[in-house]
Formats: sequence, C-alpha cells, structure tokens
Amino acid sequence: MASAAVATARETTVAIATGKTRDRSPGSLAFLIALWASLFFGVMVLLVLIVSTALDGAARMDGALFTNYLSSLQPETSGFRAGILGSMWLMLGTSLLAVPLGIASALYLEEFADRNRWYNRLIELNLQNLAAVPAVVYGLLAVAAMSVLGFSSSGIVLGGSIALALLILPVVIITTREAVRAVPREIRDGSLALGATVWQTTWRQTLPSAVPGIATGTILGLSRAIGEAAPLLLVGVAVGIRFDPNGFLSAFTALPMQIFNQTSRPQEELQTAAAAAIIVLLVMILGMNALAIFIRNKFQRSW
Amino acid sequence: MATQPHTFSTREEAPVTTTIDIETTTTEGAAGSVGSLADVHGDIERVLPDAPPDPVMEAFGLNVFYGDFHAVHDVNLSFGKHEITALIGPSGCGKSTVLRCLNRMNDLVPSARVEGDILYHGQNVYARGVDPIAVRTHIGMVFQKPNPFPKSIYDNIAYGPRVIGMKVDDMDDVVEQALRSAALWDEVKDKLKQSAYGLSGGQQQRLCIARTIATQPDVILMDEPCSALDPIATSRIEDLMVGLREEFTIIIVTHNMQQAARVSDRTAFFTARPDETTGNRTGLLVEYDLTSRIFTNPADQRTEDYISGRFG
Repeated sequence: MASAAVATARETTVAIATGKTRDRSPGSLAFLIALWASLFFGVMVLLVLIVSTALDGAARMDGALFTNYLSSLQPETSGFRAGILGSMWLMLGTSLLAVPLGIASALYLEEFADRNRWYNRLIELNLQNLAAVPAVVYGLLAVAAMSVLGFSSSGIVLGGSIALALLILPVVIITTREAVRAVPREIRDGSLALGATVWQTTWRQTLPSAVPGIATGTILGLSRAIGEAAPLLLVGVAVGIRFDPNGFLSAFTALPMQIFNQTSRPQEELQTAAAAAIIVLLVMILGMNALAIFIRNKFQRSW
Repeated sequence: MATQPHTFSTREEAPVTTTIDIETTTTEGAAGSVGSLADVHGDIERVLPDAPPDPVMEAFGLNVFYGDFHAVHDVNLSFGKHEITALIGPSGCGKSTVLRCLNRMNDLVPSARVEGDILYHGQNVYARGVDPIAVRTHIGMVFQKPNPFPKSIYDNIAYGPRVIGMKVDDMDDVVEQALRSAALWDEVKDKLKQSAYGLSGGQQQRLCIARTIATQPDVILMDEPCSALDPIATSRIEDLMVGLREEFTIIIVTHNMQQAARVSDRTAFFTARPDETTGNRTGLLVEYDLTSRIFTNPADQRTEDYISGRFG
C-alpha cells in the first residue's frame, strides 16, 4: 500500500510560481476587451441618443412646452399639453383594465388551475405567445373590441386603453405569476393546515405577500406602454387635439403620437419642440422605472 | 378541557361550535413544565396499556400512491388519546406521508392517492362528503421549518380563529391563552404587534404551535418540528409537547431517536423496502409498540438495527 502511494504521488515542488498571472495571457485579455467593447457599444449608443436629443431640445425646455397645444402657426411656442395629459389618462385607463384582469388571470393559473387539464395547458401556451405578438396587432384587436362594444367614435381614451391593456396584459400576468410563485409553499401549507380555504389562503396570505412583485411588474409594463404609438394609430388617435381630455370617452392624443408627427414637420422649431418632448417622455418612463425599483427594494421580501 | 364535537360536517362550512375555554390549570401546566426536564423524565415512567384504549385516530390498510409510485404500503396504526405517538424511521420510509394523510394535507399534492381508512373517533376522514377543510380544524399541524406568516405575532395567532369563523368573545384572550399554552407569552407579551419574523427559530416554532392551539384542535400533528432548531430550542419544544399532552393528542414525526425516546408514549418504526424491478422505495410499518419497549426490547430485528444505529 505504502509503496504504491509513493509511486503514484505527484512530484511536487515546494515553491509557488511567481510572476505574470495566467489570467493576463493574450487570450484572456482579448476576450476581456471584446466584452468591454460590446458593453461600450450598447451604452454609448444610448448615451449619444440621450445627449444629442437633450442638446436638440434644450432650447425648448420651457413652461410653454407643458401648457400650450401644438401649433404650426406659432412654432416657437408650440407645446405638448394635450399629449402629456392624454398619455396620463391613457396610463390610468390602461392600469385600471390591465391590473385587475392580469392579477385575476395569474391567480387562477397559479392557485386554482389544474395543470393536467388540456385547456389550462393551452392557456399557458397562448399566454407565452401573446407576449410576443406585435403591438400593431393589439391595436387592431382594440378596434374590433370597440366596435363590438358599440362605440362609434374612434380615438377615445377607452379605445387606446384597451389596446395598451391588451399589450401589457401578458407582461402583468407573467410577472404576477412569478411574484405569486415566489411566496413559499410553507406559508400556504401553514394557512391551509389551520383550516383556511384555498380562497382565504390566496386572499389573505399569498396575494398580500406578492403585492410588491406585482406592483413592480405592472409599473414596468406600463412604462413600456406609455412609449407605444403604433397601436394608438390603429385606434384612430388624432394628433392635433387642442383640448384637454376629460374622461375615458373623450377624444385625446398621446405624447408618442405627437412626437412621431412633429419630428416629420419641416419647421425647425417644431423639431426642437419634439426633441424636448422626447426628453419629457424619457423622464416619465425613467420615473416609472425608478418607482418600480424603489418598490422592489423597499417592500420585496427575500424568503 | 376543550370540548369539541368529534364529527366533521359534510357541508362546505366548518362547524364552529368550539367553546373557548382552555382552562387556566392546563395552561399553567404547560408553562410550568418548560425548563424542568425532571417533569419530562418523570412522565416517561407513566404506565400505559399495550394498545391505546381510546384511540382518537386510527389507520386501517393505509396505502398511499404518488402517481404510479407506491409510497406507503398497508399501514395499520391507532393513536391514543392524550398520548404522544412518535413515527420514526429512515428517510423516505413514508412516515411524513402517513402524517400528512391524517389531516388530508396530502390532498394538496395533485398526484397523491390514498387507499384504506383513516378514522377520527370512528369517522372516516376520507369518506365521501367529508370536507378536508373541516378535518384540518380538528387536526392541526406544525411543520418542519418554522413557517410563521409575514404578519405580527398577534395576527399570526388570530389568523386561525378568524379564518375558520370561530366565535370568540375577546381575541386578545385567545391570543394570550394560545401563547401561554405554547410557553411563549412571557417572551413576546410586549411585542405582540411586531413582525413574527423578528423571533428566533425556536420562538417561531413555538409561535406556530401556539397558532395551531388557538383554533382548538383535538389532535396536533408535528412533522419533524425540531429539525431546524438548536438543542436548547429543541428541548423547550419537547417540554412543551409533554405539557400539551394533557390537552391534546400529539403525533410527531422525528428523525431524532432520542427525541422519540424522551417524549413519546408509543413509537411506530417504519422502514423503506425497495421494489425489485423499479427500485422505488415503498414505506411500510415494521413495528408499533410502547416507546419503552421499542427502545429496550424491540420485537423486530430491523427495529433493533435502526435503534442501535446499525443502519439508517
């Protein structure tokens, strides 16, 4: 035994090699540089975009941008009041539609659905496909929904809200399911073992614990929706609205629509105003994302 | 003594005719036993008949399947009133599965199928029309890992009585009595509104026991309640169990043979038998007897091998 061990023992040197680390070999360095370059490309494009837009629009970051309506007669004081207010109404309508529907669907799929049933599996499969459907298609769907509901006037807040709610519904459902799934089995078991029903357990334990995750996912979904113009085009949202929307049945316009329209105008003042409006839209989106991050960090529980 | 009708309603709603009168004497008994191991050792000497004279729960020909997998084979057991029964055996021998059948927690596993009878005071728990939710109000459960709800200590206790619609004169009293019974009152009485997550592991587990007591069950099932706890916390829970025996019937699954020997009146030893073709291990009951006999003079060679540490 002993001799065999000696025979197979590796010849060992006592000194540890010094000098250049193998982590700095040419191959490793080339790889590291490639990684840096990829990162640099992505970040730089975004940065250049933001900086150049900010420089373009800086001249028009004034009060008139928020208080005036669009005007090609007085391009130097043209504003996006209708678009900003319209987008806010749109977000309100979208969240009122998408949040209850999304949470209810997710709760059904996570807590009540029998995975072995073919129709539940079909729904799950469809849900994943829905998340990949182009935004324009949801616009068409909303047009159809509005005509089925019997609304003849196009371009109202309700129509836009239906389009955007359909757009973000898969996102809300998927993130809610993940938040609900993250609530440990033990919490549900503890509740059920006390004689609570599945309904009581869901309503009193699972859902409250999942609220931070649901809120984060929903806000991220909304911040995607606020930048959408394509589905709104199909719903027939106008651009040159010169009044404030005053309800879900009011005609309205949205910020991305106005930006899209104004950037193609020949007057340089209008393009400058559009650049300023892009900054406003970006700030709105960043604000919503910041809120989502805040909620996640502040309330999300690590089990 | 908690008086409770020993039948389940077969309707949707659980019958809640439970009277809220945990007597103060039993409460003091539970609280007083904590920290005095002499009581525990004294209790082990108590004389019990060979078979439980007044079984609260019985299992007849219990077979459990998860899909095609035969998890538990033909278990017959009876659990004596105001006794602590320990289920021991190596991993995968089906003891937790048997425990979870007793209050129909296995219903929550989609592929689980139970054959045979589980009787609670003679009524089949698995009979058609018996509501598993009603079963669980009579047969409470404490889990392996302390699982307090992400709520205050007070709300953790009050949750059970609230969800089963128990008629309560004063919820504060219910909470206090439950915490006293679980020997936790003195430690938490000044922070009832604080989160249960601020408690230590041992305190959390006693909170879970208090939470179970608050709904006035008849039987308390414990699934390795001390496996996540340190020895001091474990010993407090063991003392607590002995105190709670006065009022409840306790059935405990444990990996810790010393624990079974210390606290239980009767012990059931399970083992796992691999299937010759598939290699799946099916759990079966080897021997069920008074704890004193299982640990000193077991009838079966497999029990003796396990007890003496030769396998498992």
